[in-house]
Amino acid sequence: MSVTNVISEIKKDFIYNLLLKGERIDGRTFDQYREISIQRDVIRKAEGSALVKLGSSQVLVGVKMQPGEPFQDTPNKGVIITNAELVPLASPSFEPGPPNEVGIELARLVDRGVRESKAVDLEALCIIPGKQVWIIFIDVHILDDCGNILDAASLGAIAALMSTKVPAARYGLGEDYILPLRDIPIATTAIEFNDVLMFDPGVDEEAIANTRLTIISTMNGNICGSQKSGTGMLKPEQVHRIIDIACEKAKEIREKFLEA
Amino acid sequence: MDETDISFFKDGLRLDGRKADQLRPVKIEVGVLARADGSCYIEMGGNKVIAAVYGPREVHPRHLQEATRAIVRYRYNMASFSVEDRKRPGPDRRSQELSKVSREALEPVILTSFFPRSVIDVFVEVLQADAGTRTAGINAAAVALADAGIPMKSMISSCAAGKVADTIILDPMKEEDNFGQADLPIAMTPGGDITLLQMDGGLTPDEFQRAVEMAMKGARDIYEMQREALVKKYSQMVEQPGREEVHVCD
Repeated sequence: MSVTNVISEIKKDFIYNLLLKGERIDGRTFDQYREISIQRDVIRKAEGSALVKLGSSQVLVGVKMQPGEPFQDTPNKGVIITNAELVPLASPSFEPGPPNEVGIELARLVDRGVRESKAVDLEALCIIPGKQVWIIFIDVHILDDCGNILDAASLGAIAALMSTKVPAARYGLGEDYILPLRDIPIATTAIEFNDVLMFDPGVDEEAIANTRLTIISTMNGNICGSQKSGTGMLKPEQVHRIIDIACEKAKEIREKFLEA
Repeated sequence: MDETDISFFKDGLRLDGRKADQLRPVKIEVGVLARADGSCYIEMGGNKVIAAVYGPREVHPRHLQEATRAIVRYRYNMASFSVEDRKRPGPDRRSQELSKVSREALEPVILTSFFPRSVIDVFVEVLQADAGTRTAGINAAAVALADAGIPMKSMISSCAAGKVADTIILDPMKEEDNFGQADLPIAMTPGGDITLLQMDGGLTPDEFQRAVEMAMKGARDIYEMQREALVKKYSQMVEQPGREEVHVCD
C-alpha cells in the first residue's frame, strides 16, 4: 500500500539477499501471515466495530447504520457506503486531506469484498420500498501501517459487520437485531519480487516490490474480487499460483478467527 | 443484480449475435488531435474513447518531479453524456481508481528513466460508454503513447472477459456486464505479461483461469489491430512526405 515509503539501498539489498536464500526479514515463510488478532465491539457508540492487528499493523473499522433514501435504480435495496481514512498518525507517508488514490483504492477493495460476496442481504435492509432503507456506513481507520493494511482493513470490515446490531429501536423501527450475514469474504494479498511471491508483505517488503495482487475469496472457495496493483507485471502462472495459495490462506483465516 | 429473466443466449449466440469468445467490432484511428503529442480514437462496440498524450514535459507542481525518471499521470474521465443517466462531471472514486490501475497498466512498459524530472501526461475521455471503457481507454492510451514517440518496451493491449448464464464470455457489453455474474478486465504485453488484472463478481478458481486465458486471447487480437493502426498512419506519412504536419479530420 505504502507506495511512497522509501527504504535505504542497504536494507533493500539485505531483503533481496535474504530472499535469494528463501528467507524473509522477520523469519516467516513466503506464504506465512503475521500473527492476527481481532477484537470486536471495541467502540460502544458504533453499531459494530473491530480492531484488527496483523503483526504490528493496526486497523480499526467502525460500522454505523441509519435509515435513509435508497438509490433510484435499486428502490428495494439497502445501501453500503465504504470509506477509508489513511490518517497521518498511521505512517510518515500519509498526509492530511481528502483521500488520495491509495485510500480510494483501499476503500473500494474493502467494499468490493463485502458487496460482491453478497455477504449482506441488501433486500433485507429495505424498510419502505422506494422510500426508506438501511444505510450501512463502513469506515476504515488505519492506525498503524506496518504493511498489508488492505488485508487487515478487509478483515476488520467483515469482523465489524459480524458484530453489527441494527439500531432499529433508536429510529422507532422495532427491536434491535443482529445484522444477518450470508458470507465471510477474506482478502489475501501477495507481492511479487524477482519471481518470488510473498504473502502478507511487511512495510519494507512492500517498498521493494512493485507488483501486488489481491484475491478476495468467499466461503465456498470461489473468488469474488481481485486487483493487481503497482507498476510491475505478473505472468499468468504467477497469478494462478497466487490464487491457489490465497484461497487456502483465506480458508485458514476464516476458520480460525471468524467462524469460532 | 443477478436475478433477471434476460436470456443471454439465443441459438448459442449472444444478444448482439456474437459467439462466446468473439470481440465486438473495433476501430482504431491514430493521430486524431492536432495539439496533442500523440493521440488515438478507439471504438470498441458501443464505446467511443479518445486518448491524448502530452510530454515528456515539465512537471507542475514542481515537487512531484522525480530526479531519476519521468512520472506518468493518467486521467480517466467520463463525459456527463456518455451514460444513460447523466454523470456528474469531474472525478469520482470510481474514476480515480480506474486512473490508478490504468496508469499502472501502462507504466511497466514506459522507459521513464529516459526523461528525468519530467512528466508524461495521458488523458482519456470516454465519450460514449457501453461496458469496457477502462480497457478501451488503455488500448487508446497505449497507441497514443506510441504515436507521441514515447519509448516503450512493448505495446499494451487490454480486454475483459465475463461470465453470464454460467458461461465465460469475451468482451462483455452493457447488458452482460450489468446483469452478468462476473467481470474480469486485464491488460498485458504481447508477450503475455499481465499489467492489469481486476475482477468482481463470482468465479471458481477454474473459471478465473479460463477467464484470464480468454481475455488474454482477446488482448492478443486487439494488439494486432493497434499495430495495424500505427503502421497505417506512419506508412501514409512515408508515402506522402511533407504531409505529416497536416492534420486531417474526417
